[in-house]
Amino acid sequence: MTPSESYISIRNVGKKFGDFEAIESISMDIREGEFFSLLGASGCGKTTLLRMLAGFETPTRGDILIDGQQMNDVPPFERPVNMVFQSYAIFPHMNVRDNIGYGLRRLKLPRAKRNDMIDEMLELVQLQGYGDRRSDALSGGQRQRIALARALILKPKVLLLDEPLGALDKRLREQMQVELRRLQRSVGITFVFVTHDQEEALTLSDRIAVMSGGKVLQVDTPDGLYERPRTREVAGFIGSMNFIEGKVLSRVNGHATLGLSAFGEIQVDAKQIGFVEGEAVPLAIRPEKIELLKEPSEGAVPGSLELKSYHGERSYFQVRVDGCDDLVSVSTQNAGRAKLRALEEGAAVWLKWRDDAFIVLDKN
Amino acid sequence: MSDAVSTQGSIPPTQTERRNGLGRLIARSEVLRGYLMLSPAMIIMIIGVLMPFLILVAMSFWTRDGFDFDTTLTLTNYGRAIDEPIFGAFLARSFWVSGIATVATVLLCYPMAYYVAFHVHRNKMLWIIMMTLPFWTSYLLRVFAWKVILGYEGVINSSLLTAGVIEAPLEFLLYSQTAVIITLAHAWAAFAILPLYVSLEKIDRSLLEAAADLGDGPTKRFLRITLPLSLPGVISATFLIFIPTTGDYITPALLGGPDGAMIGNLIQLQFGAVNNWPMGATLSIILMLWIAAVALVFLFVTRKSKESLI
Ligand SMILES: Nc1ncnc2c1ncn2[C@@H]1O[C@H](COP(=O)(O)OP(=O)(O)O)[C@@H](O)[C@H]1O
Ligand SMILES: [Mg+2]
Repeated sequence: MTPSESYISIRNVGKKFGDFEAIESISMDIREGEFFSLLGASGCGKTTLLRMLAGFETPTRGDILIDGQQMNDVPPFERPVNMVFQSYAIFPHMNVRDNIGYGLRRLKLPRAKRNDMIDEMLELVQLQGYGDRRSDALSGGQRQRIALARALILKPKVLLLDEPLGALDKRLREQMQVELRRLQRSVGITFVFVTHDQEEALTLSDRIAVMSGGKVLQVDTPDGLYERPRTREVAGFIGSMNFIEGKVLSRVNGHATLGLSAFGEIQVDAKQIGFVEGEAVPLAIRPEKIELLKEPSEGAVPGSLELKSYHGERSYFQVRVDGCDDLVSVSTQNAGRAKLRALEEGAAVWLKWRDDAFIVLDKN
Repeated sequence: MSDAVSTQGSIPPTQTERRNGLGRLIARSEVLRGYLMLSPAMIIMIIGVLMPFLILVAMSFWTRDGFDFDTTLTLTNYGRAIDEPIFGAFLARSFWVSGIATVATVLLCYPMAYYVAFHVHRNKMLWIIMMTLPFWTSYLLRVFAWKVILGYEGVINSSLLTAGVIEAPLEFLLYSQTAVIITLAHAWAAFAILPLYVSLEKIDRSLLEAAADLGDGPTKRFLRITLPLSLPGVISATFLIFIPTTGDYITPALLGGPDGAMIGNLIQLQFGAVNNWPMGATLSIILMLWIAAVALVFLFVTRKSKESLI
């Protein structure tokens, strides 16, 4: 990314709590107007990183720049960012209107102007007519919208959201995801969104940083992460995945032939990656990239069906292949596959794939 | 056979049913259960508070008749209380002294409670216990302790004399309103610290972060979040100190001198040396009505000022 494209620059940022290193050393750039997600399991340091952007924690090393401005010594109340807290932090002694208008007080606007802005926000988050409600008599979804409106009314350069949908039930969460996306598009503000839910991150984000143990493993677009995960950790975190060990048999003209023992041989592109003959290569393949057949076919690997599970739109099959310890997971679209779905557990099946469906992962 | 079984089976249940009739009624009725739990307290309240109070109200409309009471109902005492300036003066002084003591106590205790709630992270309870330690001794002892400190040859005077700061002992220290205010403020501090601490401790810290995030510096944050949210504590602390200190008579009797006497001393006199119980009852009722009025005004003012804060 060129420096001019980078709106938030995180440079070698680390954070220690006493002896405990919550963030090791993170460098990444976030673009202007982007919906950027931090994705990772609980405890991996997402909140800590977000709080450093907001100014509630100071990095023990490294620099944070927002819109070209060094942020390290800027206190939270002077940063051009606003945050939606995980607990929403709605002020209990104020009504909805006063909550949303909280940050406007300081700007000394005329009352009419302020009221107009609040009304506009109420409309944006679809809470028209709720202005005079007491804030302690609201549902989770409503509180969440107020927290959003309260932050957005100040037109921050960046909006930080810490698992804002985590406390909502599934249906409301899905509805809010759509709204959040619509909102971000319409206001055009850069969103930095924390979540541990990979599906949420994939559906909402322009780009995602996958985090683990205080480190960023990979920053990529949702389809980039899905189609080209670089490490086993990332590949396992996003969607389901079959992992297979390959061995370099030969290498000719930028192509390498890999032996996968029970799964035969595949040809992969080996232009950039330094394959050495005889070396082991970690490979991965998505369940839906494997074709499941009821009859033998040219190049197909035989196996037996151990388990099948029905997931509405798709079905998942666990297939045992001789000479392979792990079950191979295969998934197929259900529409028009009545015969496959009718397969009994224990039936003989055949697996087939295209060589380029395999993803070559980084070692270790 | 089946007959025997049915009779055997049917008798015991009816017995238990009858025995449990009342118990079941109690178990079923939420309201009844509530009253049952309240009843010990209610009995004590009726015998210990309501009855004496009613007697006091009745007596306030009686008059003294030598060593006896004239039980015809009249407003004579109330008329005297309004007409004779001494009663009004004592009442005003009581409100003044206890008002100052209350404000001083709340103002001094607020930072202490704030410090423990926000800046102490370990052994908070120990801190609170330490702060309320004076309360472990008797009230009278605390008053005497201040007498020792403030007295003519007391701790302050003798140390100032030895240090050469003053040449003669300061006389205004003891037997004055100042002495009463200082002693009341100290003696009742625990009643301020506890409610203040509880209300401050309860404040969700993320609210303060949210306020900072929305652009408020430390002072604004305190005024718009911490103070309004701790207001219930401030109000209870104020009432807990103001109400009992207004009618207090021990401290003014021991430390007040002529200038420091309060309405409580006057009431005590009526029940004691003057031996005019009906007048004492009248003064007590008037004091109570005034306290209620002041409390209502205070509640109204705090509510209004809270609205203007946020
Ligand atoms: N104030 C703190 N003091 C000590 N350790 C902390 C503090 N805040 C967070 N941590 C630790 O840092 C790690 C990362 O926490 P956090 O950023 O909250 O993770 P996440 O939001 O990804 O669940 C956790 O192990 C947590 O215990
Ligand atoms: Mg978190």
